[in-house]
Amino acid sequence: MADTAHIRGPAGTGAAVSDAGEIWVWVEVDEGRAAEVGLELLGRARELADRLRSRVGAVVCGAGVTELGPALVAHGADTVYAADHPDLSAYLAQPYARVVTELIRRYAPQIVLYGATTAGRDLAPRVASALRTGLTADCTDLRIGGHHTSERDYDDLLWQIRPAFGGNIIATIVCPNHRPQMATVREGVMRLPEADETRDGRVLLVPVARAQAAARAGSQAQAASDRSGPVLLRPEDFAVALLERHKEAKRVDLKGARVIVAGGAGAGSAGGFALIRELADTLGGVVGASRAAVDAGWVPREHQVGQTGTTVRPKLYIAAGISGSVQHRAGMDQSARILAINTDPQAPIFSVAHYGIVGDVTKVLPLLIAAYRAKGGPDAARREGESPAATAVAKGPVS
Amino acid sequence: MTPGKLDPTHPTPAAGESAGRLRIVVLVKQVPDTANVGGEAMKDDGTVNRAALPAIFNPEDLNALEEALRLRESCGGRVTVLTMGPPAAVQVLRESLYRGADEVILLSDRRFAGADTLATSYALAQAVRRLGPVDLVLCGRQAIDGDTAQVGPQVAEKLGLPQITCVSRIASVEAGGPAELHRTAGGAQRAIVATRSIEGGYETLRASLPALLTISAEANEPRPAGVKLVLTYKNVVAEAMPQYDDSYLDPESDVAEVCMVGRDGRPVCRAKVVQWDAHAIGAQEGTIGLRGSPTRVKDIESVVLAQAETRLVEPTADGVATLVRELVEEHILG
Repeated sequence: MADTAHIRGPAGTGAAVSDAGEIWVWVEVDEGRAAEVGLELLGRARELADRLRSRVGAVVCGAGVTELGPALVAHGADTVYAADHPDLSAYLAQPYARVVTELIRRYAPQIVLYGATTAGRDLAPRVASALRTGLTADCTDLRIGGHHTSERDYDDLLWQIRPAFGGNIIATIVCPNHRPQMATVREGVMRLPEADETRDGRVLLVPVARAQAAARAGSQAQAASDRSGPVLLRPEDFAVALLERHKEAKRVDLKGARVIVAGGAGAGSAGGFALIRELADTLGGVVGASRAAVDAGWVPREHQVGQTGTTVRPKLYIAAGISGSVQHRAGMDQSARILAINTDPQAPIFSVAHYGIVGDVTKVLPLLIAAYRAKGGPDAARREGESPAATAVAKGPVS
Repeated sequence: MTPGKLDPTHPTPAAGESAGRLRIVVLVKQVPDTANVGGEAMKDDGTVNRAALPAIFNPEDLNALEEALRLRESCGGRVTVLTMGPPAAVQVLRESLYRGADEVILLSDRRFAGADTLATSYALAQAVRRLGPVDLVLCGRQAIDGDTAQVGPQVAEKLGLPQITCVSRIASVEAGGPAELHRTAGGAQRAIVATRSIEGGYETLRASLPALLTISAEANEPRPAGVKLVLTYKNVVAEAMPQYDDSYLDPESDVAEVCMVGRDGRPVCRAKVVQWDAHAIGAQEGTIGLRGSPTRVKDIESVVLAQAETRLVEPTADGVATLVRELVEEHILG
């Protein structure tokens, strides 16, 4: 039998709950800590569940993950499904997919959300394929709404909203006839909810066991009705072994940065990025980058801002030589102040910028560095020499 | 059904393939060049004219092909490249031949159209099955038109293969595996060791073969087309199996360049590209194309930028200094 532990009193307040299934979040656990994107998604799942009169489930896999239960409840989960087993200590696609797939078969949630981390993007499609349901990657918004077709009208579907086609369009994807509806979301897209230590919830210990024999062909799925038996990890689930994992002690903290100086193709070269770094260091900020700069190899991928990178909300975002694709803007347009520097007055980045400088990054950045070192003193800035006068910017919709 | 019986041109593994050799299938995609949307691709209303975008070999699929060719060079074996797409997608297969692929296959059928990642992975997995036992399936980490990175893991799941995604380096193919689970094409038990990028670092994994790996741009620098191979293959066309449904081909356009096989089973012209339709891979109705896709596009909104109030700052020492002073005064800068 599954063990259940209540956290802070009995679960369930007696309010009417829809029978359409729960809203689930797979919360990645890394070195004993719940990934922040998982907590962010619990916050959005909470909003979706309130709208749908449903409940929020958090799924965690790992060794010793049961103790994360109270924190997950505090961030919005009503039930924490904890698959706590030594063989799940490190993330591996197959055993994790086995557990998540089996739990979805048993409890039939209507929505399952995953953080779009390397693990989430590895796991979610494997689960979607096993369940033959839909999956939308890198959503920038999730809403509840209807959908009309010639055959029937649907209420209360998950609208999975994402830029597509190189960011030239924004698509709303729905999954009308298959369950669960599944989506991945990048870190930082949803706001981290405040932990509410007084929330009620429960932790359900998912029994997990190693099966001695490989599954017979055609009998991969355990009987869905067998809710209480252990989830069986098969020998073939361990065809991949983790030999080594190396993580840098200090990660680039784009999300926590007050100031981000981000460079793009307009930085021109890896050498041009030295100026970006110098300005970031001078301002006490962090280096960001557009995808173009990352793809060019000028800066590691962990610096990437945007839909497929990190979503940021600093007090000041300086976009240097970044043209501003939809995907990039989706990752930074909530910044308190945006300064765009670009030689092209038509660059889309100016459409979200509070301040614009039309000019060459290699000329403007030294002026900024000098001006800040002098704390706005005009004399210090002038020593760096004058740049050509600005050209008037013809502003208008640019796509 | 046994698809293998349907096609007289069904490729068979090269004779004399030894246990050390690798049978590698590379999954590739032709994509619109979304990274270079120029002015000519924009319509007057500010939306993208997709037809005007050049179609290219998905960049990271080239990295996957490069890994396959390097493995063939070090271990021996055979590299088969498979793509699903309209007849014009034969171009990425031609480019694969230019780089040294041994065999190329075009999955093309009107019924494949409108597929999401699930329906795509089903068709690709069926086609890989039809090829017989394979040691390695490689594909790019993701395609630039959707950036989903989903098809690789979904194909792996459908084929019951272990997966390593986002691979930045293949270290080795070695004897032995974690368990005697899979019989490989060569019969010997082998494993592959690969490194993948994770947040802020990397991890190294060993997968028993057969396995599916998705390859990232970090892994290698794809080789250019070989001049001799270009001369050899620039006019290759796709050769369809006898019962091929050609209703998908546009009779007004010769872009398809499909070489039909005559009723007597003999090809009408020489061809190197084998073309399979839904029937050839034994696809079940309702599992391919739009019908086999759980997801639907509800709305498409072309991106039209909202106008924002941008204050222009002169790119001069005075202009910049005034801005910095303001930002400091407003406590935006410390």
